[in-house]
Amino acid sequence: MVAHGEIHVVHRGGNKINFRETVITNDSRFLLCASGESVKVYSSSSEECVHDLQGHTDLVSGIVRNPSNHLQVYSCSADGTVRLWDFTDGILIKTFIIGYPIYSIYISENHGGVVFVVVPMANDKSSELFQLVAVHLPLSGDQEVEARELSAVLCDVSPSGAASFGRKGEYIAAVKGLQLEVFFFKKQKSHRFFLKSGNKKGAKNAFTCVSCHPKEDCIATGHEDGKIRLWRNFNQKKEYTYSTLHWHHGAVNTLQFTPEGTNLLSGGIESVLVQWHYTQENQKDFLPRLGGAITHIAVSPDGSLFCTSHSDNKITIIQSCVKVSAIIQGLVKGEGVRTDLTIDPRSKALVLNGKPGHLQFYSLHRDKLLYNLDIVQQEYIHEEGLDQFEVVKAAFDTRGNWLATVEERTQKGSELEINLKLWAYDEQTQSFMLNTTVTAPHEDQITAMCFSPSPETTMLVTISFDGHFKAWLLADHSDTKEGACWSCDFVGGYHHLKPGCCCFSADGSLLAVGFQEVVTVWSPSWELLTTLSQPPGAIRDLCFGRLSCSKYLLGTSTKNQLCCWNLLTCSLEWSTPVDVSLLQADPLSENMAAFCSQSGCSDLFVFKPGEPRPLYSQKALCTGKVQRAVFAPRDQMLESCEEHAQWLNRSQLYFFTQHMDLMTFSTKTEEDRLLASSKRLMVDDSVAVTPFYLLLGKHRQQQEALTNPMAERIQLPQGSIAIKELLYTPAHVLPSASFLCSMFVRSLLISSSSASEEKEPVEEEMESEEEDSEGEAELRDARQDLGGSAAWGPGEELGAPALTKAQERELRRVKHFDHSWLSSVLEC
Amino acid sequence: MASFKSTKIPIYPKLGEKVTPDTLYWKNYKAPVQIKEFGAVTSIDFSSLAPHNYAVTASTRIHIYGPFSTEPVKTFTRFKDTAYSGKFRSDGQLLVAGCEDSMVRLFDVSGKVALRVFKGHTKGVHVTDFTSDCYHILTGSDDYTCRLWDIPNSTELTSYKEHTDYIRCGITSKLNRDIFITGSYDHTLRVFDARVEKSVMTMDHSQPVESVLLYPSEGLLVSAGGRYVKVWDLLKGGQPLVSLKNHHKTVTCLSLSSNGQRLLSASLDRHVKIYNTTNYKVVHNFDYAASILSLALAPDDESIVVGMTNGVLSIKHRKSPEEKREMAGKQRMQPVYRIFVKGRNYVPKKDDFLVSKPVKSHLAKYDKQLKKFNISKALDTALESWRRNRKPEITVAVMKELDRRGTLKNALAGRDEQNLSQLLNFLIGNVVDPRFTPVLVTATEMILDIYQAVVGQSSVVDRQLVRLQELVEREVDYQQDLLEVLGMLDTLFAASLPRKEVPCPGSSRPNGLAEGSLGAPGPQLKAA
Repeated sequence: MVAHGEIHVVHRGGNKINFRETVITNDSRFLLCASGESVKVYSSSSEECVHDLQGHTDLVSGIVRNPSNHLQVYSCSADGTVRLWDFTDGILIKTFIIGYPIYSIYISENHGGVVFVVVPMANDKSSELFQLVAVHLPLSGDQEVEARELSAVLCDVSPSGAASFGRKGEYIAAVKGLQLEVFFFKKQKSHRFFLKSGNKKGAKNAFTCVSCHPKEDCIATGHEDGKIRLWRNFNQKKEYTYSTLHWHHGAVNTLQFTPEGTNLLSGGIESVLVQWHYTQENQKDFLPRLGGAITHIAVSPDGSLFCTSHSDNKITIIQSCVKVSAIIQGLVKGEGVRTDLTIDPRSKALVLNGKPGHLQFYSLHRDKLLYNLDIVQQEYIHEEGLDQFEVVKAAFDTRGNWLATVEERTQKGSELEINLKLWAYDEQTQSFMLNTTVTAPHEDQITAMCFSPSPETTMLVTISFDGHFKAWLLADHSDTKEGACWSCDFVGGYHHLKPGCCCFSADGSLLAVGFQEVVTVWSPSWELLTTLSQPPGAIRDLCFGRLSCSKYLLGTSTKNQLCCWNLLTCSLEWSTPVDVSLLQADPLSENMAAFCSQSGCSDLFVFKPGEPRPLYSQKALCTGKVQRAVFAPRDQMLESCEEHAQWLNRSQLYFFTQHMDLMTFSTKTEEDRLLASSKRLMVDDSVAVTPFYLLLGKHRQQQEALTNPMAERIQLPQGSIAIKELLYTPAHVLPSASFLCSMFVRSLLISSSSASEEKEPVEEEMESEEEDSEGEAELRDARQDLGGSAAWGPGEELGAPALTKAQERELRRVKHFDHSWLSSVLEC
Repeated sequence: MASFKSTKIPIYPKLGEKVTPDTLYWKNYKAPVQIKEFGAVTSIDFSSLAPHNYAVTASTRIHIYGPFSTEPVKTFTRFKDTAYSGKFRSDGQLLVAGCEDSMVRLFDVSGKVALRVFKGHTKGVHVTDFTSDCYHILTGSDDYTCRLWDIPNSTELTSYKEHTDYIRCGITSKLNRDIFITGSYDHTLRVFDARVEKSVMTMDHSQPVESVLLYPSEGLLVSAGGRYVKVWDLLKGGQPLVSLKNHHKTVTCLSLSSNGQRLLSASLDRHVKIYNTTNYKVVHNFDYAASILSLALAPDDESIVVGMTNGVLSIKHRKSPEEKREMAGKQRMQPVYRIFVKGRNYVPKKDDFLVSKPVKSHLAKYDKQLKKFNISKALDTALESWRRNRKPEITVAVMKELDRRGTLKNALAGRDEQNLSQLLNFLIGNVVDPRFTPVLVTATEMILDIYQAVVGQSSVVDRQLVRLQELVEREVDYQQDLLEVLGMLDTLFAASLPRKEVPCPGSSRPNGLAEGSLGAPGPQLKAA
């Protein structure tokens, strides 16, 4: 085994961001959401990820605001810790060790120093029962504190978000199954309310969610049949009442009262945000077509911002229930990747099926979803049990000018519907435009398709279970209005066998199609050149070698064989008994990656077809089979000289495990580089306008203003704002000092060539800045008044044509001062 | 919040021929004017003089029509028997015609009585023509001879008796007054020079020749006979150039379009085919009601005149540019929203803050109803009579959309007799259309399921159901027949394809497992 201590398998992006309810900060500027093992802080206006709060070692299962400090949040995780964060600076303040995996966290203003967490019952990790416990957080200065003071509040609660604090934290309501339990803290007593499971008239009474009115004694519960019940008078065991609201046709996934309690928000599978007026319950507002099913709703403390999490890994930010202001979209993974992983040759983005009927373009380098391409172009009906169109195949041609997609819909009792769509890249709109739709291109499912890489022809080959493969050619009808469109050029088959895979050679001169146990090799003029076969087992994967190994054709069969044929002699070069589940060729080198599954684990071998020795191998990569993998080209070549890491120099191997985790291989040099790049973080995303913009923009305005004597008055405060921005913006969000330095020197210094008249205001500004920076804070606060008032006399404003001695001295001093300041900036 | 995506109406590929410049050109004719003649129209000839009157020979008469008249301008009736081949002289003053009674008559176009009568043939004369110098007449007759006549003296100049069967076509050279070509039922074409006593060239068409035509350059000769149209190169001594076989009955007449780029052939199979003269591919095709005997094109292709065996003369006039423009103008009369968009041409000033109004997308009525989940109403809208009749694809698309939403059954249910019969009517009209079958079969099944209980309550619905049943049965029979034909064709193709061995170099060794075991050692993919 090759020593490979430096190559790690790492998670790379694409975490769920809809796992738990998002938290909106008090000033509505940030959103916090649990994303895998970290907490992500997003700017609510620019949609950018500002911080990634890392520290938990397992799935983060809940976030709450710290009621005593509006700049802090608590997060809990399955690793048994509750952590306190300062999200503006992204700093971990404290860690409380609870010791049990935590599934949710609740907090109330009226219970200071206590958090309520959901932990498994009976200290048994495998148990299916959960309890809600109160944890007293010890006051201690240490970074890590053990919090062992637990007291059970409620037994048998559901593990995720089905509890809510009532008015002033007097009671907590939790639902599970057919039971609503309300615990009164004063009386230390709980009331339970049961509903009948009553299946008549399609009623499914099971509770799904709960929310308590913040001002009144009212509990709203959501149910599986779409009903919402409003419970009142529940402090008596018997005389409780409830009223029912019904709009949803599917289960109510989430309920939330607005902070003033005037409205109740609900959401479900219909993807419609419903706003019920609390006092007039028959009045409601709708916000339809938000995307996937709504899983969580969060409301900002001032009630101006709503935030819905969706099942398609999306967060929608809604302003006062009328306008969608921003969408934060994560990688949509669903239950499985139907399309193969592909790389868009233009944007280098990972392409796979995302939202229903869409292809998603996911930038691997930025860990960000670039855009969704609507393939099906049909209104999505949010209803369970409906057969929807699904994108099952996608392929790009080598230059990224064409995209081919296949969508299919299976319906019980009727034929399979397949559409093949071809999309042309439009330079103007920078996206793909539908060019040709072929309905029913094959009689059965399309199993694979690929574009010919040859530069002369634009050709697509599709193979299907109906026993045929078809070649589609772009035909140019320039004489008619229609323009270029695709048409079928050739239909081929081999002894009515079902083809399973196809592959073009790197130059497009050969097409290999695997018909069960036989590999057929075709020329571009559709002559059957040769057949290769390797008896037992059907061919699963085919791959041509590249560059120096282009004379080899590799195939894997279901009966644990990996074969390599030499195409010059048409004979088997070598074969080896491995159960290869996935074979991938690196488009930039000769390397091939083979994922083998052995005894429930996956192994990886990287090898060149021509050499009898693997370049790299890793055993027990992950549990289960590797579903999909792809080589993504790097934007910058790595220069690793270790032999076993060289295969990662040009491209990176990404793969999906059985549990739909996106993983990749990374080397030490790469991590070093990543670390370095994160240090020179360029953007501050706390606000839409970055300080970088402010500085540069101010600088420009200043330049303009300098030429315009009328703008003098306005300039003065502006210059000082620029300085202030620089001084008061946290250093870690500033551009690199070397970058700022030259610009600042230029903006502050008086150019020797410019006329004295123009120098005058600059100089005055310098003075004001100097005063500002040296003087008291009061002066700084009052600078607006200073700028607006007539403190600067009209004579001064007009300015003397020549500089006085004193002014020159002053200027020199300012220069000196600035330089020293800048050098200090440089040092830090 | 995404906007509502409207129902996708698929664009079905247009079946039939592709639109080429040729089809556009040849389709640009008005509906034909039809004139009934007394007998089969055997010959049509255009005067080269404006206004380009044309002489139509049918039965015992020759009618002369003006370019746009439906009544004859002039009629020549002094024939004892069937007249043939009325031809204008190149100056348009004289007209010659043969007759079954073996006499050839020469008329002044303005007069009525024959100026000259040429006697000498012993049988019917089917071919007459003026030579290019306008003083002689060429005739060809069923007595196997062709003769040249002098017009001033009305005497016979020469007679050639080389053909061994009826002479049914002939043409004189427009460039040389002495040269003419005749075609005969003895399968030959002969080129004669009046200055020599014998034919100078003979070509074998191998079918009875019905029509001959010279290209304007007179280097190429086209002949029609049997199902074939053949092109001969006269400059290469009568070498055959192309043989075209595009008709399935005897080709009776040939004509060239005015620019000489297109060749037209008319046949008894009721088609006129238009060929490109550079590659001799058929570029367009006209269909007529009866077998065509004669065909002529007005100068500049202004009109196409076709005479048929049933005595009908069909005249198609080219659409004039004004009419075209009128048609285009009519389309432009669509309502314009110009009036109500106030301040559209306002140019914003420098510091103006631009507030853009969201563009409201227009949704069709059925889409609006679908958006509100009013499924039955959406189906009703889609079934409105004009949409159902003119754009069945919309109706089908809405049905498909409903089916996708799983609500088609609900939308189809609960209809009264009138509604249901409307629906059934639509199904009867479209269920066998291959474009719509997949969707409509599901709908039909659902309707039968839903309305099973009410069968027998309404005679209208029952009648329609029976019709639907018959339709489906017939369709099934068709499909079965088609499958049989397909099977037969497969056998034929399989038999006709040459068997090709797949080359397998080094076939002495199998390229399978055995090779691997004794070949080069494979890479050891086992980690140590």
